[in-house]
Amino acid sequence: MGRVAIALRMLARDWRAGELKLLGLALVVAVTSVTSVSFFADRVRQALIRDANQLLGGDLLITADHPLDRAFADEAQRRGLAVASRIRFISMSRRGDAAQLTGVKAVADGYPLRGKLRIAPAPNASDAEARGVPPPGSVWIDERLASALDVPVGARLELGAAELTVAAILTLEPDRGVSFFNLAPRLIMNVANLPQTELIQVGSRVRYGLLVAGERESVDQYERWAKTRLGRGERVQGLESARPEIRVGLERAQQFLGLTTLLAVMLAAVAIGLATRRYGRRHLDNYAVMRCLGASQWQLFALFAWEFIALGVIAAALGCALGFATQQLLAGGLTEFVAVVLPPPSWVPAAQGVLLAFVLLLGFALPPLMQLKDVPALRVLRRDIGRPRERQLVSYAAGFAVLTALVLWQAGDAKLGAYVLGGFVGAAIAFAAISYGSLRLVASAGGLGGIAWRYGLANLRRRARASTVQILALALGLTAILLLTVTRADLLAAWRAKTPPDAPNRFILNIQPEQRALLARFFQNHGLPPVTVYPMVRGRLVAIDGAEVSAERYEELRTKRLVEREFNLSFMDQLPPHNRISAGRWFAAADRANGAFSVEEGIARTLGIKLGDRLTWSVGGRSFTAPVANIRRLDWDSMQVNFFVIATPPLLERYPTSYVTSFHLPGSYAPVMNKLSRTFPNLTVVDMSIIVRQVLGVIERVVQAVQVVFLFALAAGLLVLYAALLATEDERVREAALLRALGASRAQVAAAQRVEFVAIGLAAGILSAGGAAAIGALIAERVLNLPYTPSPWLWLWGPALGAACVAVNALAGARAALSRPPITALREAE
Amino acid sequence: MSKRHDEPIVRASGLTKIVPNGDATLTILQDIDLAVMPGEAVAVVGASGSGKSTLLGLLAGLDTPSLGSVRLDETELFALDEDGRAALRKRLVGFVFQSFQLLAPLTALENVMLPLELAERGDAQRVARAMLERVGLGDRLNHYPRYLSGGEQQRVALARAFVIRPKVLFADEPTGNLDGATGEGIIDLLFELNSEHGTTLVLVTHDEMVASRCARQIRLAGGRIVDGER
Repeated sequence: MGRVAIALRMLARDWRAGELKLLGLALVVAVTSVTSVSFFADRVRQALIRDANQLLGGDLLITADHPLDRAFADEAQRRGLAVASRIRFISMSRRGDAAQLTGVKAVADGYPLRGKLRIAPAPNASDAEARGVPPPGSVWIDERLASALDVPVGARLELGAAELTVAAILTLEPDRGVSFFNLAPRLIMNVANLPQTELIQVGSRVRYGLLVAGERESVDQYERWAKTRLGRGERVQGLESARPEIRVGLERAQQFLGLTTLLAVMLAAVAIGLATRRYGRRHLDNYAVMRCLGASQWQLFALFAWEFIALGVIAAALGCALGFATQQLLAGGLTEFVAVVLPPPSWVPAAQGVLLAFVLLLGFALPPLMQLKDVPALRVLRRDIGRPRERQLVSYAAGFAVLTALVLWQAGDAKLGAYVLGGFVGAAIAFAAISYGSLRLVASAGGLGGIAWRYGLANLRRRARASTVQILALALGLTAILLLTVTRADLLAAWRAKTPPDAPNRFILNIQPEQRALLARFFQNHGLPPVTVYPMVRGRLVAIDGAEVSAERYEELRTKRLVEREFNLSFMDQLPPHNRISAGRWFAAADRANGAFSVEEGIARTLGIKLGDRLTWSVGGRSFTAPVANIRRLDWDSMQVNFFVIATPPLLERYPTSYVTSFHLPGSYAPVMNKLSRTFPNLTVVDMSIIVRQVLGVIERVVQAVQVVFLFALAAGLLVLYAALLATEDERVREAALLRALGASRAQVAAAQRVEFVAIGLAAGILSAGGAAAIGALIAERVLNLPYTPSPWLWLWGPALGAACVAVNALAGARAALSRPPITALREAE
Repeated sequence: MSKRHDEPIVRASGLTKIVPNGDATLTILQDIDLAVMPGEAVAVVGASGSGKSTLLGLLAGLDTPSLGSVRLDETELFALDEDGRAALRKRLVGFVFQSFQLLAPLTALENVMLPLELAERGDAQRVARAMLERVGLGDRLNHYPRYLSGGEQQRVALARAFVIRPKVLFADEPTGNLDGATGEGIIDLLFELNSEHGTTLVLVTHDEMVASRCARQIRLAGGRIVDGER
């Protein structure tokens, strides 16, 4: 008890004397940034998932080929969840002589639970959010159906035995997937009119669906409950079925948030290390005196350890409180795009914050503290001894190990963590080597110039080690700041550019070989740019390396369904744009002769397909086998036509082939599509604009979130700069006093310090520009999968920031060094 | 605890300190034999570089000798490890230094409380306050060292040294950083406290006036005792 009480008193005294403010501040910033980001990221993630769930129309969807047992809906309601049912089937709709195969969706009040339907009063008129569902007796149809049946709003159409009024044009349907059902023109009706149609008979192909939505926890619990009660032909769909475009967006969103938090934590770690180093150096004498007064090494270590533990607890508590407050603030902004009440924040981020404070202290404050232990008591008699030899390797190794664990934990993405960490370690080594080398070089140029110049350079040389540490810390801090500002903006711009506003928003499927030329002419005649069409063959995967592929082989529901249905295979000689080879190489002449496949990375991982595996496919009752020549990475955000599997042309050419294409249709060209449908009635035109809109929405939201988190990282960065510049302040003050005592004018002392500072600032700035460009390129290329060219601004901002930092410090430092009478400074420095 | 008054409380035998000096070695102290009786006041005098401070460091167990031994209150100092010697210091020894060695972030009161706190004594504040009042700084309790004059700082240091009622006080040039009059005041106070507490005093100085206040002077030159050995 006694020891802890003394430690607490020491903490209070050190704090009062300003010895711990920097360290405490660094800890608080780190904890605040991590907790608020954890809270916020969790909520953003939930918001994004909810957005993605709009594609489902709810948080969970249970489907069946027969009416679902009421128990599913009852149980959901019992658990406080919202439910809505929908029934989908394909049928002919008619008006006069015109008939069209139509995808019909009968819905009840409450549908959809997530997202909104949008309708317009007439084709090509501006649309608005729909209130509710079509009233009984009316239907909403999409433009294609309106065009195919030539039915205006207000007219009636026949569906089975019922006659229903077209009340609006359906422009947006959140839960529209891309399956065959969805390719047909659409009609939404009220479920109340379903019996009148007399379309639901025994043996009809109908999908019954129950949408469920609510708080995540309850939905998860309900999902588990429902899965145990699924009967034949019934299944549960969750977010995992979201479109790959959105999934990629979500993942990248997480990565951006992770990256920013990561930088904040790393910066805080550097600041803490620097601050403790300074604390240790300033406490050498105190330590020796206490040794002299009879304190044992262990007693002193325990005292300092308790002091730091107490500091950690206080900083963690403060950081958590601030993090929570910030998160509340952010959540306010969040409600703009999430209409639903978010679940209360959990205690996990707070626990993470406390843990982080201690991990940082342990990793970065403990090593310098351990060195204090070795200060000999004799230092009280002879000040020249007992300056601890910096056991740099040992303490850096310890700090590095902790940082690694921290970074991987914080990133939640091993790859991103590894690249950021590796990038910074590489940069640190390069920075240290370059700055130490150039300091030695500067040393040899020492004989020139005036006294200020010579003395400034002499300082750099004499303190080569301390100066290297200073340049290194400054450069790392600036690197992170540049990454957070210039590079981050570039990366976000690159991401935005990947899904440009003119990204393809229409797909045309089912183009017959002889229609390719006709279609090209149609496009030309209507002033649309030419499109590339890709061949498509439907086939089933039969075996991988001779082992039969069956649903039982896979655990995941999504994978089971994937192998049960037919794939869209394509064949081509050239690697399509937006595709990149990630393993193996694109088809060579030998591959073309013998037949080979190219498989998309994600699907290969899901199905367990490796380079060189022999795949057996069945197309139109015939099967063939060929090896996998390469694995491809796809650019999902491009919204281009993408294929999971591509074959060499000779393998597939002889099978029945249709063609597919994607293109951007400007809003004003919508009538052209109606004409296209009339000219080529067999073609299926799919409107992808909702997906494009959704991807763009995700990006915008992430940009907002990253901006907020960025502020913390920036605060941490500024702390590092401050700590780095403070590192040699004591020594500088003493030297300035000495020079002044020897008769140097204030101007001369200030000029000498300026030379030193400017050299340090410029060096750090130039190094950081290089570091930020290299790390940015690494992350863009390897993790975010974005094209990135380092901005030339880096080379301006880096040195400018470096110079600005040291200018501020030089002012403050010079004031500290020159404002007091030399004797005071000398006495304090003793 | 010493049992008999006729036994020396500090006894050095054959104390030698040799340090490496480039490729060669440098002998700072050679074969020092020395005994200090309880309650005795001994001055160690000599020119700069004569080895005075090194001797003090060895007698207090702050440094280790190349050869020889030191017994402090019947305990063989160098048979103990560094922590053992520290524990002995905590119990027996007080220090006063030329450069005061006050802890800058601590107030005068806290500096004096420190040795008591390290000994985990509950009455630290009361005892320290009384001690500071004794040295005439009752109105400066909450001042930081940087706001105290040199003389005041050394008085705080004296209070810190005597607050644990040490058996032996080692003083290293206690007036070295003070002007004549202030130094004299400090020496007066030192000897007053010394007699009040019955402390044994080993004082290193190059100031003959200060040395003459001690009952015995030991003169060092070139690392050897040239006068005053018993």
